[in-house]
Amino acid sequence: MSDIKSMDAAEKVEIALDINGRVHRVRVEPRKTLVDVIRDDCGQTGTHIGCEHGVCGACTVLLDGEPVRSCLMFAVQVQGRKIRTVEGLQRGDDLHPMQQAFMDHHALQCGFCTPGFLMLAVGVLEKRPDISDEEMLEVLSSNLCRCTGYQNIIKAVRAAANAMRTAG
Amino acid sequence: MKPARFSYHLPATVDEAVALLAKLAPDDGRIIAGGQSLVPTMAFRMAQPPHLIDINGIAELNRIDVEGDIVRIGAGVRHAAFEAAGAVPGVTGVWLGQVVRHIAHYPIRTRGTFCGSVANADPASEWCCVVAALDGRVVAESASGTRRIAAADYFEGVMATSRRDDELVTAVELPLLPDGTRCGFAEFSRRPGDFAIAMAMTAYRLVDDLIVEARIAIGGAEPFPRRIAEAEAALNGQPPTAAVFAEVAAIAAAAVDPMEDSNNTADYRRSLVRAMTLRALEAAA
Ligand SMILES: Cc1cc2nc3c(=O)[nH]c(=O)nc-3n(C[C@H](O)[C@H](O)[C@H](O)COP(=O)(O)OP(=O)(O)OC[C@H]3O[C@@H](n4cnc5c(N)ncnc54)[C@H](O)[C@@H]3O)c2cc1C
Ligand code: FES
Ligand code: FES
Repeated sequence: MSDIKSMDAAEKVEIALDINGRVHRVRVEPRKTLVDVIRDDCGQTGTHIGCEHGVCGACTVLLDGEPVRSCLMFAVQVQGRKIRTVEGLQRGDDLHPMQQAFMDHHALQCGFCTPGFLMLAVGVLEKRPDISDEEMLEVLSSNLCRCTGYQNIIKAVRAAANAMRTAG
Repeated sequence: MKPARFSYHLPATVDEAVALLAKLAPDDGRIIAGGQSLVPTMAFRMAQPPHLIDINGIAELNRIDVEGDIVRIGAGVRHAAFEAAGAVPGVTGVWLGQVVRHIAHYPIRTRGTFCGSVANADPASEWCCVVAALDGRVVAESASGTRRIAAADYFEGVMATSRRDDELVTAVELPLLPDGTRCGFAEFSRRPGDFAIAMAMTAYRLVDDLIVEARIAIGGAEPFPRRIAEAEAALNGQPPTAAVFAEVAAIAAAAVDPMEDSNNTADYRRSLVRAMTLRALEAAA
């Protein structure tokens, strides 16, 4: 039993989170969700919080390359894993092809849902560049947008998928 | 809302997890697997477990093993694993690959686990309906030993099962269906990814153009999924024709005792059971 790691409820524990390649050392309670720690403790406020129960997708980040709801995980669970958020998409002054496509196709209005959609689409396309249009629609149905009516998001993701394939 | 405080425990082996459960279950200590059902209920403060035992660090649970005609799905296996072709062999694997696409959405399937769904026992869980349809077995381990619980003895009500609080589900075992089995699945939900209001799963083989080994299970309509013996009996020995399917779907609809809620009357659910059974039978044909 001595190997079991236990963390007491009321105490803050020190954890190291690798976000976009930078390690953040923070002290948090076990009950704090990943999204709250990313925003409040690591200061990376690009990831948004909507529903806090897994329905809206605003909090989507990549965990070791897979899209996950960061409101449905605790930060203490992701030590030693790689987290990517919207802040990590841009390369220098160049937008990621997905970000560029969202601008070109008016795929955002208020922008609240945008970081979640960007991470979702990028995560899926990096793993499955040749995903069918139908399957991509199914993937995108997981996130909610109250502004755009979705059509321009779908157009942007299609365009970025082509750009990402050509860029190799 | 934010989850209430809890102490967090990260065992590295099943033995450690089971020892922790023995100690903490009496104090409402809970297992966290994918967290995709538990964390939302904690965010609503409907659950406030003072201890969470995280099984994500137990490597031995991350396996799908095949032994003879049984597939054993470990408690670390995520929903998304079943989307990869060949994760489970044969017709059963192809069928699970179709069913999994109806569970929540992709970013939830990358975390949620097969065994977590079975432990949670939501009436509309697709995996619970699979376990009922195939007469699967739930492997439950505690400090006092291991039990294999047959599906028919496992489900007891809405999110209620015969698993004891101090038992860890280490795996679920499913029989692999024989080659040539035709499998069908259909569910109805108002939006893609939502929990279904009703679902039907069917499987059968043809011998001399007649149906044998019929399985028909209904989920989402009653407090827990189950096989519908009357409908299976009506299907066995018949040819796979539209008229037979329509009659069997009507028998399934008459056999269920559907739940009612603010959005769905019992009559509405009953009509859905008929329609979903018909669609599942047509999909299998
Ligand atoms: C937006 C949304 C939509 C969803 N839609 C669907 C859907 O359409 N169909 C569907 O089936 N599910 C759906 N789900 C739920 C999802 O499938 C969950 O992953 C699943 O119900 C629970 O699995 P988990 O691994 O996440 O378990 P957790 O959330 O970690 O645990 C759930 C419960 O089971 C217990 N538990 C978990 N694993 C074990 C174990 N090995 N031994 C003993 N106890 C255990 C926990 O203590 C807890 O009480 C949805 C979830 C969300 C957020
Ligand atoms: S905030 Fe995580 S899904 Fe809505
Ligand atoms: S752009 Fe406003 S919610 Fe999507």
